[in-house]
Amino acid sequence: MSQVPISWFLMLSAALFSLGVAGFLFRRNIITVFMSIELMLNAVNLSFIAFAYQHKQVDGNLFAFFVMVVAAAEAAVGLAIILTVFKNRKTLNIDEVDSMKN
Amino acid sequence: MQLWLIPLLPLAGFAINGLFGRRFSKSVVNLVAIGSVLLSFAWVLKTLIGLGDLSTAHVERYFTWIQSGTLSIGCDFAVDRLTAVMLLVVTGIGSLIHIYSVGYMAHEGGYYRFFAYLNLFMFFMLTLVLGANFLVLFVGWEGVGLCSYLLIGFYFDKKFATNAGNKAFIVNRIGDFGFSLAVFLVFINFHSLDFATVFQAAPGASVATLTTIGLLLMVGACGKSAQLPLYVWLPDAMAGPTPVSALIHAATMVTAGVYMTARCWVIYTHAPDAMHVIAIIGVATAFFAATIGLAQNDIKKVFAYSTVSQLGYMFIGIGSGAFSAGIYHLVTHAFFKALLFLGAGSVIHALSGEQDMGQMGGLRKKIPWTFVTMMCAAVAIAGVPPFAGYYSKDAILVAAHAQAPWIYWVGVITAGMTAFYVFRAMFLTFFGEYRGHAHPHESSPVMLIPLGLLALLSLGGGYFFRVPEFLGAFFHATELPEDFSLVAISVAAGLIGIAAAWLMYMVKPGMADSFAGSVSGLYKLVYNKFFVDEIYDAAVVRPIVVGSRTVLWKVVDAAGIDGVVNGVGAWARSVGGALQRIQSGNIRSYATWVVFGSVMLIVAMGLAGGLIR
Repeated sequence: MSQVPISWFLMLSAALFSLGVAGFLFRRNIITVFMSIELMLNAVNLSFIAFAYQHKQVDGNLFAFFVMVVAAAEAAVGLAIILTVFKNRKTLNIDEVDSMKN
Repeated sequence: MQLWLIPLLPLAGFAINGLFGRRFSKSVVNLVAIGSVLLSFAWVLKTLIGLGDLSTAHVERYFTWIQSGTLSIGCDFAVDRLTAVMLLVVTGIGSLIHIYSVGYMAHEGGYYRFFAYLNLFMFFMLTLVLGANFLVLFVGWEGVGLCSYLLIGFYFDKKFATNAGNKAFIVNRIGDFGFSLAVFLVFINFHSLDFATVFQAAPGASVATLTTIGLLLMVGACGKSAQLPLYVWLPDAMAGPTPVSALIHAATMVTAGVYMTARCWVIYTHAPDAMHVIAIIGVATAFFAATIGLAQNDIKKVFAYSTVSQLGYMFIGIGSGAFSAGIYHLVTHAFFKALLFLGAGSVIHALSGEQDMGQMGGLRKKIPWTFVTMMCAAVAIAGVPPFAGYYSKDAILVAAHAQAPWIYWVGVITAGMTAFYVFRAMFLTFFGEYRGHAHPHESSPVMLIPLGLLALLSLGGGYFFRVPEFLGAFFHATELPEDFSLVAISVAAGLIGIAAAWLMYMVKPGMADSFAGSVSGLYKLVYNKFFVDEIYDAAVVRPIVVGSRTVLWKVVDAAGIDGVVNGVGAWARSVGGALQRIQSGNIRSYATWVVFGSVMLIVAMGLAGGLIR
């Protein structure tokens, strides 16, 4: 099996990250926005793993685990917030959750 | 010799009475206040006996007070013959006036406050006298000014008293400004403020420098010692309690200017022009104040103008190079003027606060002891031989004649007027019929004993305390030839003044009024003190007030400074108003900013790292 060049991994990572950014910016549903964040995190994870494999070092893998732990915690807290917002406002449209302006 | 004990004892008295006096009974306040001053007096005596003949100065250096570059100022005290004289006057007269105050202030509010201030004054005055360099002297100088302000405004619920206090403080500030400039010049030229160092080097400096320093010091002395044109605060200072007038505004503080100029005698002997200016200011003040004193009806005002006039005499002495004669008059004046004020206080006390001589008269029978003691002071100030004023005044006048005969003649005329107005006050107060409505009562012994002691000093002080002989060597004075005719003329002038007062107020009581009527224009001018206060008001005070109100307040402060401050505030507000639109609450717009920022950061880093060309 021939070696896959690292640039491919990075391009995939960049593509996934850009998708996440686009989803974050253009979707209105909070759940979708939330999923976009997860996508960005995992895009970064992918580049960590790629570099770790390239340099034969475990640090990148370790970092990826940390990101997954934080992402899990963030998912728990974030989903709880989303649930509460929905309970109070009966909506998941992010543009309507703007009472902290000015 | 523990010189520091001398001023520190009254300071301790001030601290104890000032902090806890409110809770003390009057006898405890008395014990602390008078005890501390008497102990200080005793310590002065012990020190002076221990120091012997004081032909050289005894210096004590305690610690370095200020050290900055080449500037090094120590907290040093020194005693030489001049200081010895001043120490005895300040603590001696001070003790007597403290004792007198017990009786005078007995029915006044703020009893402990009064004695605390009086003790604080003693501390600063003794620091002034003991200081061995210009800056320690200046500390005392400013401190006595502060105490003067506090005690003039002692009846702080009376508007005229607080105004008088402010006036004294502000007018003194003008003089102190000159004094500070003189101290700066001394440091620039001699690189030291130590009296011994400066006076050692002074003869080597240029005459122009010494004249400038001398004139600036004189400005300071004019403020503190109430000379033309800065004398205006002293008559108003009579708003304070009478013992304060006696201690601060007659015997001690106002003589600080005379002491300071005498202390700097080396500078003046090498700057004859400055000395001549002092003599002219002195003789002008002596004459001018004496004319005002002729027509005053408030007993304390008479003595206030008399004080200004007598201080003028002291300046004539200094300005004629007769420093020891100036100090001699300082000492005798402290005796008889303190006595005149304390006697006036006793009269006022007897009449329950009456100060107008029109409401007095015939008090000789009712308050005989006050009358007898005040008469001693009156003959002393009139220059009747052989009492105190005769010796010192003639020493000054003879020295003035050696310098400039016209000063002598003006001095003689002033001596005649002095005798006239003092005896006018005596006749109006003690002779004739009683014109008031109060019930006069003699003062208590605690007031009469200081009066008696001061009366003895006024009678014999000139004969027994030969100050010029004690200080002659200190000032390197040359003996002036005795000139009996000059002395006889000035004594005759004094006697003529007494006789004129006798004629106008005793023999023909109506004569004074008809004489005043015949020269009514002149009389009004003198009665209204030559309108000096009004002139100052129009020439200085009004322009400053109006200028402050229209230019400084409305233009500089309101438009300029407030404009800048408010402008900064308004600008910050408008910028904030613009920026708050960014805070929209829309999460996706925040995210856009984050993305935008990240992209910009990456581009910037790329440019810096050479990734993008």
